Amino acid sequence: MAEELLKLQNIYKNFGNVKVLKDVNIKINKGEVVALIGDNGAGKSTLIKVITGVHSPNSGKVFFKEKEVQIKSVAQSRKMGIEAVYQERALCDQQELYRNIFAGREITNSFGFLDIKKQRKEAEKILRDYIGFTSKAITVDSQVMGLSGGEKQGVAFGRSLYFNSDLIVLDEPTMGLSIQETEKVLNFVKGLKNENKSAIFIDHNIIHVYGAADRFIILDRGEVVGEFNKEDISREELVQKMIQLHESGKIKVED
Amino acid sequence: MNNLLNSYFVKTHKLEISITIIAVVLFLIYFLGAPHVFTRFPIYRAFMQSMPFFGIIAISATFVVTLGEIDLSFPSIVGITSLIFGIIMTSTGGNFFIAFILATSLGMFAGLVNGLLVTKIGIPSIVATIGTLFFWRGLVNVISQGSGIAIVDVADGTWHHMIFVEKLFGKIPMQFIWFIVLTGLMQWVYRYHKFGNHIHFVGDNKASAQMMGINVDNVKIIAFVQLGFFSALAGIFTMYEMLYFWPTQGEGLMLTTLAAVFVGGTSVFGGKGTIFGTFIGVLIIGSLESGIVALGLSGFYVKFINGLMITVAVTVYALIQRRKN
Repeated sequence: MAEELLKLQNIYKNFGNVKVLKDVNIKINKGEVVALIGDNGAGKSTLIKVITGVHSPNSGKVFFKEKEVQIKSVAQSRKMGIEAVYQERALCDQQELYRNIFAGREITNSFGFLDIKKQRKEAEKILRDYIGFTSKAITVDSQVMGLSGGEKQGVAFGRSLYFNSDLIVLDEPTMGLSIQETEKVLNFVKGLKNENKSAIFIDHNIIHVYGAADRFIILDRGEVVGEFNKEDISREELVQKMIQLHESGKIKVED
Repeated sequence: MNNLLNSYFVKTHKLEISITIIAVVLFLIYFLGAPHVFTRFPIYRAFMQSMPFFGIIAISATFVVTLGEIDLSFPSIVGITSLIFGIIMTSTGGNFFIAFILATSLGMFAGLVNGLLVTKIGIPSIVATIGTLFFWRGLVNVISQGSGIAIVDVADGTWHHMIFVEKLFGKIPMQFIWFIVLTGLMQWVYRYHKFGNHIHFVGDNKASAQMMGINVDNVKIIAFVQLGFFSALAGIFTMYEMLYFWPTQGEGLMLTTLAAVFVGGTSVFGGKGTIFGTFIGVLIIGSLESGIVALGLSGFYVKFINGLMITVAVTVYALIQRRKN
């Protein structure tokens, strides 16, 4: 029996009168890669923001490592071992890379002053070893502004690898990347499983999702409308389901 | 030469270098145009005496501006904290500690109010602080009933008067020493403390900063609180220098202070700034009036040239920024 890592129970989230998540129940096991799929506005981003502590749910329970938890902040979810990779959006353009990598969890002395030397050294390690940047144009002192989409994504990844977390949350990890860079990202996701780490990711591209995920959860207008294990559904069938959902607004349940 | 221009230091300090060049040119003009004034010490002593009053606030306000926020209420915070300082000093027969603690606490409280209005209520800082600007000044008028307070009897000749405003070696005004020390300290915090780091990230991109686990609201609140504290401190310095409280105290600080920050190169869009630049900005803005008069122009030119400096400086920065993008 697989060991449970994260469980969401009856999660509701409203923004004003808009019900973004309605009674969502999902579970992620250790070493499992789960793909969240659904159209724009299905609630995918909100759901992962609940997991990473950006938003608190209006009601419902969250269990992490079989203990009930209330994730109130990003700092807290990180401490528990949940790490988010929000594409380039979670980097600040005008700040240097070594500051971006450690933003929100700076290496400091006991008075709160940054250990710049150590941050730069560790950032250097992340750039060269984890991300594999070889270009001389990018250094730890570069501003994020000058980086390409793929490079920014790489920095966000490197950061999550460095902080060694149990659950990695990936928000559209392949968007805007070249084929080669996409391949790297998917390999990274597959590599997680070998270390018994879990990942949950959102992607519009079912072709990417299919290769890398063990399980698919389909969200539609805030509700989970379908859940499939990879061994039970082929890529073509999954695509069919999504088209069907798109056209009719529901998934036909087969027996 | 080309090598020098492309060096890492130059590339990362374009703003600081530009502002320093502007200041050097300005002082050269003073020096050549009015050598009889600028080759002698008294003019520099006058600068050192007067600049710290708004300089301290400008350094502190750089944090708020880097957030992409603004505080227009500090002139009135100077007013209300100076009033309280004066009242406590006279009523306790010169108890410096109580007066200092209460005045700076009130300053921090005023900053806290600004911070809460901006973060928890969600009022844009320019609007919220116009409100508190009037509120604190109004309170000054109500409490003081328009009269001033002399603290000369309880402050003159005391050790606190000495450490705040008397002359070191009979030459250097103490407030200038404090100004230099505070500038150094704040520069250190701005660049190398977690708080300064968070200021940059929140000013750069609030949403990203939040996703990286930075408590955006707290960072903003603390920024307003420290500005409240330093406004109170500037008020206390002024009180010791003048030995008198007057109900309009602090009025007139707003434009020179903010001008120093913007001339210094801190971006009004947030995310980038420089304490060193603000320091140079204080030297420029604080020297203009005497400089212009010493050059033989009438006092009527002061505002005109002030305006010219600010406009030229912010245009240069905007162009540097645009080339980068």
